[in-house]
Amino acid sequence: MKTPRSPVATGVALVLAAAGLFAVVPTLFAREGSHAEIERGRYLVAAGDCAACHTNERGQAFAGGRAVPTPFGTIYSTNITPDGPTGIGNWTSDDFYRAMHEGIGPDGEHFYPAFPYPWYTKLTRADVDAIRAYLATLAPVRQQNKPTELPWPFDVREVMAGWNALYFKEGTFRSNPQKSAEWNLGAYLVEGLGHCGACHSPKNFAGAPKRDKAFQGGYGENWYATSLGGDLHDGLGQWTAGDIVQYLKTGANKRAAAFGPMAEVVHDSTQYLDEQDLHAIAVYLKDLPPHESPTRPATTTTADTGDKPDADRVARGRGVYLDDCAGCHMENGEGIAGVFPPLKGNNVVQAKDPETVVHVVLTGQNTAVTHENPTGLAMPAFDWKLSNDQIADLVTYLRSTWGNQGGAIDAGKVADTRKTLVAARTK
Amino acid sequence: MATRLPPVDVVLVGFGWTASILGQELTDAGLQVLALERGAFRDTVPDFATTQIQDELRYAVRNELFEEPERETLTFRNSMDQTALPMRHLGSFKPAAGAGGAGVHWNGQNWRFLPTDFLTRSHTEQRYGKNFIPADMTIQDWGVTYEELEPYYDRFEYLCGISGQAGNVNGQIHDGGNPFEGVRKRGYPLPPLKRSYGTVLFDKAAKEAGYKPFPCPAANTSKAYKNIYGVQMGECTFCGYCEWFGCGNYSKSSPQTTIFPVLLHKDNFELRTHASVTKVLLDSTGKRATGVVYVDLQGREYEQPADLVILTAFAQHNVHLLLLSGIGKPYDPKSGQGVVGRNYAYQITSSVDVFLNEIVNPFMGAGALGQAIDEFNGDNFDHGPEKFVGGGYIALWTTGGRPILQHHLPKDTPKWGSGWKKAMADNYLRTVSIATHGSVMSYRDAYCDLDPTYRDVYGNPLLRLTFDFHDNEHRMSKFLTDKAAGIAKAMKPRAMHVNQREGHYTIIPYQTTHNTGGAIMGTDPHTSAVNRYLQSWDVPNVFVVGSCAFPQNAGYNPTGTVGALAYWAANAIRSQYMKKPGPLVSA
Repeated sequence: MKTPRSPVATGVALVLAAAGLFAVVPTLFAREGSHAEIERGRYLVAAGDCAACHTNERGQAFAGGRAVPTPFGTIYSTNITPDGPTGIGNWTSDDFYRAMHEGIGPDGEHFYPAFPYPWYTKLTRADVDAIRAYLATLAPVRQQNKPTELPWPFDVREVMAGWNALYFKEGTFRSNPQKSAEWNLGAYLVEGLGHCGACHSPKNFAGAPKRDKAFQGGYGENWYATSLGGDLHDGLGQWTAGDIVQYLKTGANKRAAAFGPMAEVVHDSTQYLDEQDLHAIAVYLKDLPPHESPTRPATTTTADTGDKPDADRVARGRGVYLDDCAGCHMENGEGIAGVFPPLKGNNVVQAKDPETVVHVVLTGQNTAVTHENPTGLAMPAFDWKLSNDQIADLVTYLRSTWGNQGGAIDAGKVADTRKTLVAARTK
Repeated sequence: MATRLPPVDVVLVGFGWTASILGQELTDAGLQVLALERGAFRDTVPDFATTQIQDELRYAVRNELFEEPERETLTFRNSMDQTALPMRHLGSFKPAAGAGGAGVHWNGQNWRFLPTDFLTRSHTEQRYGKNFIPADMTIQDWGVTYEELEPYYDRFEYLCGISGQAGNVNGQIHDGGNPFEGVRKRGYPLPPLKRSYGTVLFDKAAKEAGYKPFPCPAANTSKAYKNIYGVQMGECTFCGYCEWFGCGNYSKSSPQTTIFPVLLHKDNFELRTHASVTKVLLDSTGKRATGVVYVDLQGREYEQPADLVILTAFAQHNVHLLLLSGIGKPYDPKSGQGVVGRNYAYQITSSVDVFLNEIVNPFMGAGALGQAIDEFNGDNFDHGPEKFVGGGYIALWTTGGRPILQHHLPKDTPKWGSGWKKAMADNYLRTVSIATHGSVMSYRDAYCDLDPTYRDVYGNPLLRLTFDFHDNEHRMSKFLTDKAAGIAKAMKPRAMHVNQREGHYTIIPYQTTHNTGGAIMGTDPHTSAVNRYLQSWDVPNVFVVGSCAFPQNAGYNPTGTVGALAYWAANAIRSQYMKKPGPLVSA
């Protein structure tokens, strides 16, 4: 579904053209309920990945009910179809904007920030209205929202007022006049609808992203979302803007393949974005600084690093690799172009926190299913086959060979991840 | 009392290669398609995952991926004067149960038949005279020509990502390919697989003997591939576990690795597993199918109405279902009348074990990694002096070196103990085997019907198979085997052993799952069950797709032709039948 010009680009261009750069201008296409507004809304709903939470597995689209696990307990997504009693059919345009902009419902109730209003607050009013216009075209589904399963005191929604006071910064996106229009468009998408930082930023004890470490990688639900900064090993330092565009559009590029939660993001959201918007995202991400300084050169061999892993462990890890991994990822770690992702130079393998690579080895994963790559190639699970020691050796090998740098891991780390994954599965 | 279900446009019976192709093509045309599969769902991961698939005992010896004879089987006899008995173990052939069908566990040896193979009777009569064909040999022309099928062969090859070297592109002969093949419009999508040392030795010996060896076309990918539907495939790792195993590496073409990722996501497609179809339902005229009856694992019976019923099960299962449903006149070998069950055929194979001094590392194999010669296939040579019809290819395959079933020992080796161990150690790395893969013609007394005595779990009569090798096939196979032995000798082995196929056909040892006929295609409703588009002459909203349509069997593995016929039938349904449902050929 290609439009000749990206709707988001149009919106932001108009916002930028308004000189004040923060004034929300009424736009031609945004006439309420117009076809153009609805289509723009459809596009924005994909860009915001609303379905990821608001559509339950095997449930009706946008009727909610999907369990969203948080470190504090389980929250269930809500019905955002235009049903009066159970959905948002009775909400006014102002109600909807307030929800998106401030995280507060029509009756003044506070939402939990599992709903990404701390990001959506950056959206222009016109974009929020377009989203609402699109949602209004959905078939209303009569489905009661499920109560949250949060323990005291988190079940008291007023607590969120305090959270907001501490961590929430309300405000529509403001362009940075020092940067290009494309950069600003990218920033608007990444920091707003895309809410990339919800996963890719480290969080504090209250679950709020650490602003001073934005996009430096974040932990959640047995996944470590890699840094989006310019780090050469565990960030996007080696990626070109084209690599980023290809990854978001197709689910894979020559450096990596999306799997796990990111495969869902690509499947539900980013594959639908126009090249222009994806390129803007890439330009913005490529401008993020590395989080470490000085940056390690990519070509450094293991021998040069400070924390050199034990040679016996690396040798054992190589043995496991040749037996169990090299068939697809190849002996040289370069994978098979277009099919099996390389592990050499892979930022997930080298991430500061090895949670994701251990998770993938234990459970196996599918690559993202997209229009361009419909296969959803699967890596099998190794939890039943490899011991904690073997996986620790393997991951240590992966993080110290072919120029990769990530450091050794011990079997205790694998045991912890295994335990929480098993617990999550049997819950 | 069967539960009546909401109707669909098309119901597919069985969910292997042909059903996947028809499902994909007909859903593309906008039809609502339902596939009913008697077995379970299976996918690359977890079912064939590389972490566990290389288990010879589980899959090759204990038959994990095949149909279970305790649930479904057939009865067998060699000749009409015998009483057929039910097969309680799989033997000579191994049909699958489960999504993907036998397309999961095949080797991937993917051939086109020769242009003359489609004109077996008319061409033979023309070249050698009417009297050349024995009186009881009931061979006939297909009603479709190679030239007509060429685009559909091509489509199947580009679906699968076949690795090979073309021999005849638009009439131009290419060195290193099969110079005898029919004219193809373009080459294979992928280059040939890397060679094993065994195939290199065969190539050399065959060339010295004056033959033109070529790499066998393989549904094992020599490189990463993206197919006609955008589905991605990996690169074969030569693990040596193709036949009787699923591929965990996305590198053997199967419905799973080439079609499922797109088909299973479609809104107008549905797959129901553990659904055994027991009957095609007909209306009161008997000329129109109204749907099918199927039984689930709990024994509950369902009626599934459909506008179009397509039988896409294994060859004999299609025939069985036609007989149980009363579609088409059952074949009577005494009168020669009737069509359903007629012209069952098989293939005749032999081999020459070659014990070498050199190490050949048989374990680095792939199901279709082979080098072949085609000088003695089809009508590529003068049959006049030989006085038999048919032929086959001679090939050296390096399919793998599995420890239990894939080792060859010299003839006088003890069966156990230290002598056996020593022979195993001496020979495992130093043995190759040259195979011959011969055609089997159809005969008046080789056929399928319903067994008068034995019944299946649903209370229906089992299919009865009556088949034996005929003199024509034995002489042809001996001819091929002698040629194979000649090549073996040229390899200068320290020992060799010829395994000639002799005597009656026995259904017990495994030979090949290339069963054909029983619902054959043709131009005459008195001698064929389906017309040239695989449409039933008698019930035009029933199509029967698969090797059951072959009027006799050729000297090649059948899957390439089965795939081409599936695309051919799909195209006929899309371009003709959907516009004007009814007979596509007037009887």
